[in-house]
Amino acid sequence: MSIRINKEKCVACGKCREVCPGNLIKIGVDKKAQIRHPKECWGCTSCVKECSVNAIEFFLGADIGGAGSWMLTKEEGDIRHWIIHKSDGSVKTIQINKKNSNQY
Amino acid sequence: MRTEKIETDVLIIGGGTAGCYAALTLASEAGGKRILIAEKANIRRSGCLAAGVNALNAYIIKGRTPQDYVEYAKKDAENIVREDLLLTMSEGLNRVTARLEELGLVILKNENGEYAARGNRNIKINGENIKPLLADAVRKCDNVQILNHVNMTDLLLADGRVCGAVGFHVDDSTVYEIHAGAVLCATGGAAGLYRPNNPGFSRHKMWYPPFNTGAGYAMGIQAGAEMTTFEMRFIALRCKDTIAPTGTIAQGVGAKQVNVFGQNYEKNYGITTSQRVYGTVEENRAGRGPCYLHTEGITGEQDKELLKAYLNMAPSQTLKWIEEEKNPSQKDVEIEGTEPYIVGGHTASGYWIDRERRTTLPGLYAAGDVAGGCPQKYVTGALVEGELAAKAIQKDLKESGADQGRYFAGQTAGNQAAAAIRGIYSHHLKKEPGPYSIDQVEEAMQKVMDQYAGGIGSGYRYNEKQLDLADEKITLLQKLAMDLKAEDMDDLLHIYEIKERLIVCRSLIAHLKARKETRWHSFGEHSDYPGKNKKYEKFVNSVLKDGRIQIIYRTLQKGDIEI
Ligand SMILES: Cc1cc2nc3c(=O)[nH]c(=O)nc-3n(C[C@H](O)[C@H](O)[C@H](O)COP(=O)(O)OP(=O)(O)OC[C@H]3O[C@@H](n4cnc5c(N)ncnc54)[C@H](O)[C@@H]3O)c2cc1C
Ligand code: SF4
Ligand code: SF4
Repeated sequence: MSIRINKEKCVACGKCREVCPGNLIKIGVDKKAQIRHPKECWGCTSCVKECSVNAIEFFLGADIGGAGSWMLTKEEGDIRHWIIHKSDGSVKTIQINKKNSNQY
Repeated sequence: MRTEKIETDVLIIGGGTAGCYAALTLASEAGGKRILIAEKANIRRSGCLAAGVNALNAYIIKGRTPQDYVEYAKKDAENIVREDLLLTMSEGLNRVTARLEELGLVILKNENGEYAARGNRNIKINGENIKPLLADAVRKCDNVQILNHVNMTDLLLADGRVCGAVGFHVDDSTVYEIHAGAVLCATGGAAGLYRPNNPGFSRHKMWYPPFNTGAGYAMGIQAGAEMTTFEMRFIALRCKDTIAPTGTIAQGVGAKQVNVFGQNYEKNYGITTSQRVYGTVEENRAGRGPCYLHTEGITGEQDKELLKAYLNMAPSQTLKWIEEEKNPSQKDVEIEGTEPYIVGGHTASGYWIDRERRTTLPGLYAAGDVAGGCPQKYVTGALVEGELAAKAIQKDLKESGADQGRYFAGQTAGNQAAAAIRGIYSHHLKKEPGPYSIDQVEEAMQKVMDQYAGGIGSGYRYNEKQLDLADEKITLLQKLAMDLKAEDMDDLLHIYEIKERLIVCRSLIAHLKARKETRWHSFGEHSDYPGKNKKYEKFVNSVLKDGRIQIIYRTLQKGDIEI
């Protein structure tokens, strides 16, 4: 369970570093965000939600069934889109309206 | 290291669920009290609520009473509860829920406009943004100062009274020495004591936040506070690998626990929280594993709702379903027990407190997962405890006539203590590297706890001899931890996280030894004493005195308990 930060996309805003509940993200000398301890990620996705340029990708470690997929998320008004990229190149999107409660 | 001395009326350590709600309660009261939150991460997404939660697990639904909730929790904990704490908590559940709704939490309503119940005690919500909602409300309070990224390590005492705390900024090497009229400890429970389900790359893919390392317990133990019921460990029944909660599947679509032969084994073991875990452990031991939640055959609509519900609280489980290309309707969900945690919001471990949430140390209050005696609090119970502690603080500050500006005065003892703590930080930062790394000590601790103090590897069982060995080894590791080298503040944070866990481990071992019975399967499975014993129908409490853990047995009683 961890995240990957895409340096090409990162605009060095520092929001992910600010919000991580484990203080795991640091800003490197190149001013870009980096995760100092990938093994210490809890997988809460707080940083993924905070990054407005979608530079942070979330994946499952191979030891817990990861098989190459990764996920990111975008917010548009009340709708949160979860975008899942699968290893075969296909993309699946799930939309959740913030105003709706869980049914379970 | 630069030192910043701050003075405040109320210091809240930990800006999580209970801490934020205490701040809101204190801020809304007239009187201009200065409130300061010291939070190791950032209150926006820190602690248990970071990813979101699925439901409000503690609510008094129509037709039920707070006393019903007390009875339920008491039964689930095999009587080892403080009824006074449970009742005051239960009476506040609906009050704080109404406030959460005002703050913007979406709660499902039925056609009559009432909250839609899930089972007997839960209500359904969209809990993805519950922490940002709380944090935004706190940030709007003028009299609340928030110190994010400040990790507190030690309480300051003067004349037997808690008068502040010391900590450090996690990246900029500032030491914070905070003097306060009252201190609320709200740092949550302790994870990472035992070797986790996924010990490799995904070692932090655990249920409880790996960043809640028991700091609040450790600072209280070291300052001489009385603790209760650590031996009632919490072991969660969770989805295999992702360690995501199972309640949503079990209650949401009514899925039953089945073994590899498809047999429902729930009724063979009972349905209390610990019995559900125990049943799964026993089925595996008997060669009937793996165990599952039987979801095959649910509808496509139910699949869709489950995928969404998990994105709102444990997104890795949804990713896993998509990764496997098998929805729950096509494949039962495998379940397993987690490593044990110490969590006063689920079981009854934590500070021994009075009805108003005062600890045994004057000037120190406790709320949420760090506070003991009151299991099954969950989110709403933590909020109520934050509120109750805030009210007690208001009352006590008023009665003592404490003036603003008085807290530095006459605190030579407090100042000296702060200097000693700064000395320990410098010791770690300045010393030469030794043979042991931070990771090595952490792994060694988790191995000892796993093998000798009833971790996953030993089927959650332990005996006297093993506990003695565990204590010996943990004591040795405490010495190694004192000599760890910190290259920077980030290392210093990790060293403290281990030191805190080691302190909690020692108390936990002493508690496990002191309850010579098996009252709760798995949570406290003592192989030398396999059954329940009426003699132990009492609390096991402990106090650290002159470096030794002293056990105190206290009787169960109805009504208020004087502490
Ligand atoms: C994954 C998960 C899912 C859950 N789901 C539900 C649910 O669906 N429904 C429900 O009702 N309950 C749920 N619970 C339980 C509930 O969330 C908790 O019981 C409750 O939030 C605990 O509140 P707390 O204030 O004690 O701890 P937290 O909210 O964790 O707050 C502790 C705070 O202290 C900070 N801290 C720790 N150490 C230090 C230090 N040394 N210095 C400064 N700050 C520090 C932490 O960063 C954190 O912000 C869930 C819990 C978890 C872990
Ligand atoms: S939030 Fe995104 S853009 Fe900002 S620092 Fe982090 S990765 Fe870079
Ligand atoms: S997913 Fe959570 S724990 Fe992991 S790096 Fe991001 S914010 Fe930190």
